[in-house]
Amino acid sequence: MTRPRSPEDNEPESQARKPAGSTAMRLVVPLQGVVQGSGGLILGSLIPYALFYFFQLYVKRHRSPRSDSNPTSPSQSSSNLAELPRSSSRSNLSSRGSIRRVRVSSRASSIARPNDSPYYIGLDKVSEDAYDRFDNPNGIILFGLSENRLCFDLIEKWLSENLKDSVIGSHGGYLSISGIVAYRPFDGLMELKGAMAGFMSQVMGGAVSFDPSQMVLTCGATPALEMLCFCLADPGNAFLVPTPYYPGFDRDMSWRTGVELIPVHCRRTDNFIISIGALDQAFNQARKRGVKVRGILISNPANPVGNLLPRETLDSLLDFSQEKNIHIIADEIFAGSMHGTKEFVSMAEVLDSKDIDKTRIHIVYGLSKDLSLPGFRVGAIYSFNDSVLVAAKRLTRFSSISAPTQRLLTSMLSDTRFTQAYIKTNKKRIREMHDLFVAGLKQLGIECTLSSAGLYCWVDLSGLIPSYSEKGELDLWEKLLNIAKINVTPGSACHCIEPGWFRCCFTSLSEEDIPIVIERIRKVAETCKSSS
Amino acid sequence: MTRTRFAHTGTSEQDTKPTTTSSRGGGGGTVMRIIVPLQGVVQGRGGLFLGSVIPCALFYFLQLYLKRHRSAPSTPPPPPQDAAASYPPSSSEGQLPEVSVLSRSFSRIHLSPRSPGGPAYLSSRVNLVLKGGDSLYDIGLRKVSEDPYHEAGNPDGVIQLGLAENKLSLDLVRDWLAENAREAMLGGGRSGEELNIDGIASYQPFDGLMELKVAVAEFMSQVMEKAVSFNPSQIVLTAGATPAIEMLSFCLADTGNAFLVPTPYYPCFDRDVKWRIGVEIIPVPCRSGDNFSLSITALDRAFNQAKKRGTKVRGIIISNPSNPVGNLLNRETLYGLLDFAREKNIHIVSNEIFAGSTHGNEEFVSMAEIIDLEDFDRNRVHIVYGLSKDLSLPGFRVGVIYSFNENVLAAAKKLTRFSSISAPSQRLLVSMLSDAKFIQQFIDINRGRLRGMYVKFVAGLKQLGIECIKSNGGFYCWADMRALIRSYSEKGELELWDKLLNVAKVNVTPGSSCHCIEPGWFRFCFTTLTEKDIPVVMERIRKISKTCKYPS
Repeated sequence: MTRPRSPEDNEPESQARKPAGSTAMRLVVPLQGVVQGSGGLILGSLIPYALFYFFQLYVKRHRSPRSDSNPTSPSQSSSNLAELPRSSSRSNLSSRGSIRRVRVSSRASSIARPNDSPYYIGLDKVSEDAYDRFDNPNGIILFGLSENRLCFDLIEKWLSENLKDSVIGSHGGYLSISGIVAYRPFDGLMELKGAMAGFMSQVMGGAVSFDPSQMVLTCGATPALEMLCFCLADPGNAFLVPTPYYPGFDRDMSWRTGVELIPVHCRRTDNFIISIGALDQAFNQARKRGVKVRGILISNPANPVGNLLPRETLDSLLDFSQEKNIHIIADEIFAGSMHGTKEFVSMAEVLDSKDIDKTRIHIVYGLSKDLSLPGFRVGAIYSFNDSVLVAAKRLTRFSSISAPTQRLLTSMLSDTRFTQAYIKTNKKRIREMHDLFVAGLKQLGIECTLSSAGLYCWVDLSGLIPSYSEKGELDLWEKLLNIAKINVTPGSACHCIEPGWFRCCFTSLSEEDIPIVIERIRKVAETCKSSS
Repeated sequence: MTRTRFAHTGTSEQDTKPTTTSSRGGGGGTVMRIIVPLQGVVQGRGGLFLGSVIPCALFYFLQLYLKRHRSAPSTPPPPPQDAAASYPPSSSEGQLPEVSVLSRSFSRIHLSPRSPGGPAYLSSRVNLVLKGGDSLYDIGLRKVSEDPYHEAGNPDGVIQLGLAENKLSLDLVRDWLAENAREAMLGGGRSGEELNIDGIASYQPFDGLMELKVAVAEFMSQVMEKAVSFNPSQIVLTAGATPAIEMLSFCLADTGNAFLVPTPYYPCFDRDVKWRIGVEIIPVPCRSGDNFSLSITALDRAFNQAKKRGTKVRGIIISNPSNPVGNLLNRETLYGLLDFAREKNIHIVSNEIFAGSTHGNEEFVSMAEIIDLEDFDRNRVHIVYGLSKDLSLPGFRVGVIYSFNENVLAAAKKLTRFSSISAPSQRLLVSMLSDAKFIQQFIDINRGRLRGMYVKFVAGLKQLGIECIKSNGGFYCWADMRALIRSYSEKGELELWDKLLNVAKVNVTPGSSCHCIEPGWFRFCFTTLTEKDIPVVMERIRKISKTCKYPS
């Protein structure tokens, strides 16, 4: 209302322009108006309006000739339809409508932009030209996606024996059909939660037991993380995340929730294990910037590096979170994919032995890694906070698991003989692949950090990069992708502060592929060395 | 910086209270300016300076005041410093004299008045979710789940008429699954050859398998009687229509923007659009006088009102067939909507999840059909679909975004990482939907059964003197029970709802849950019943209507 009136107040335009000119100084030096304290408010608010008005006028004038010429082309149609009031109103609008394209929300347009992270560019590239030992031996070898294909045969065997009974029920009755077809609780069937809790404690060697009523099931660990983030932090708040971290965290935690991730750098000298000192420093820096830190997000076993957090670190993390009154999200999705000799300690286990406020601890788990069923999309939130559980249960309306899959998994996970055998075989096969791959790299003079879990090697290629910088790292990454045709994840995608580290996921290969991979790396390594 | 400097002068004034008159007087003189902000503008003297300084000063004094009153208990007790360390429990009471010895524990106790009392904070936005779960709609559903009616097992239980679920044709689905589930999921099982574990266990594209998109596109056009064909590359699959709507709202509107939604509408739109997305819904009331059909004038009025309030309207969400009422939008209205959307430059989200559940003689017209016929700029039209209603598979959680907007599709594809469909279910559905014979049979039989139930249910209500709006699609009757409510208000409606739930043991959805502007309307979902249940329901309603009628 005020805007259209303001030009009227100034009556003739020439007059309005004059005062604007004489107060130009005031605009340039806005403080002057404040200091003199006269008419600052009225001029300060009027001048921009006046300028904007003139600007609009200018734009309009320059645009109008074009829209005048516009009707000439569709004139035939408009003259035909002139009798119809409806279509005439529409053609009337078309001159404007063709110029005004409807916009998507600003937050969506940032997501819609093409991928710029090398992690996703690499994955896109693989999907175009994937390696196959027989069909496409020159394709790109997928090394960047954390997928475990080592035990598909076990799952396949189980499915072929039990599929029908587990989905439909052995008697095929009416009750069981409405069990998979009808609306189910969005947060997962209680039977599946029970089976899931059993599986989790089995995976962790029986050291902890999980209470199914503290569990919320989601379609993947990805929405589980997003949901937790939504519950624990407001837009503009932050989470501390030790680096290097899983590249997907940025999307899961920030995209829709508007929460910031503050990287807390870990270094090779500490074996990439988080130090409380670094956390404290990051926390204080954030506070100085005026950013509220609402929690810490750790992955244990760590995603790119594959190391485990020792009991003492978990302990001091708990103390730290208590002191700062913040939350801890522990992503333990690799808990069952151990291949080293070290013992995995779950956050839940440390909590059991400690007398602290548990409501700040939230554990994320899923079946994508440990049961190698990423296609099934099953994740879990295990929280000690009742409000978080209530909210997460309600939010699962947006990401619940398909009922047939739930039925299938309930019987699969309840078959403890199968799961026991599976866990054991899976660990053994991961260890074999890991050893084979590390040995191959060692022959090339390439070292990895010592890892005891996960599907990755965290490989030190800093000897091969042309310059010790992120640019050098990306150069090498590109060479690996385009010349050697290996898709690995560069450390910078994981926010690693030291250049030259790469994540190689070895579980998507078969044993026969390893020599090929090593050969391809050797070629690149030779060209790198000879050029330097 | 300016504030702190100001603060310094402020403290001295505050310390010597009586002498503050000078500064106070200055404040007093300009109080008028604050109360009548226009005065400052008109006089044009120092408005900018005072206008910014005065609130700061006031706020500063308020802080000072609060601080005084809070720090009062903490300042007096410093003397007993050493002794106090032996009574740690007292520290939680807020008397924290004892702690100044250890620097670390000091910092902790500093926080402790906050932390032991309340646990670590949750986000403030989650409160909306925590509070928002107890609508009447949920209470009714919970009541049913505690004590569900069963013809033989629990004849006095609550009958479910509130959940939009179609159980009329489950036998068809069951038979198909029993025959084909194994082959469908694992593939190639017909002759016992190689199973396709790779296709279900490993990562699949988050936005759905291409095979399923093709099958869904085909199914959609089959359901709409081939009037439109859908392009699979414009489809994004989600874990239910619910996340599809949430995703679209995220893509089309920013926090604080709004959508126009004709009322009565599906009760859960509020959750889908508001909870995590922070987008507002502006109800556009439709009335019984117009048979609850949408008028563009009402839309226009709501749009202008929102604009006056400073709220940006980014789109319209329509349900066609509409959810509680069950009427269809005709061609004229769809054209009108498109014109309106174009004029205002906003989006249209058309929820067509009941497109295949039509049971009347009127023809269903999809927004996609209109778009096909006319060369509008299609970027603003987005269709939501799903298999929960038309294939009666809500447990499978399959929803569809069908959009003409490249940017929306790109963003939605990426966002499906948060709600993708389990691969085994996708495989299953690919085979089910590709079985054209089964699908055609299902659609036909399901329509027939829907029509049969609808006719019977409406006739039953009519015998009780309860009229329904004529409906052509969906699982509902939108029943006029205005004659039965004690007072013509929302309160009267809720009283009747309560009576229906607790005395008659029938769970229905009151119109107020659907944001209907007129009290006394109720939504009855008849597809969860069997034919034998209808007389039971009618008998229960009759009893209630008797007790209701005599006072009036």
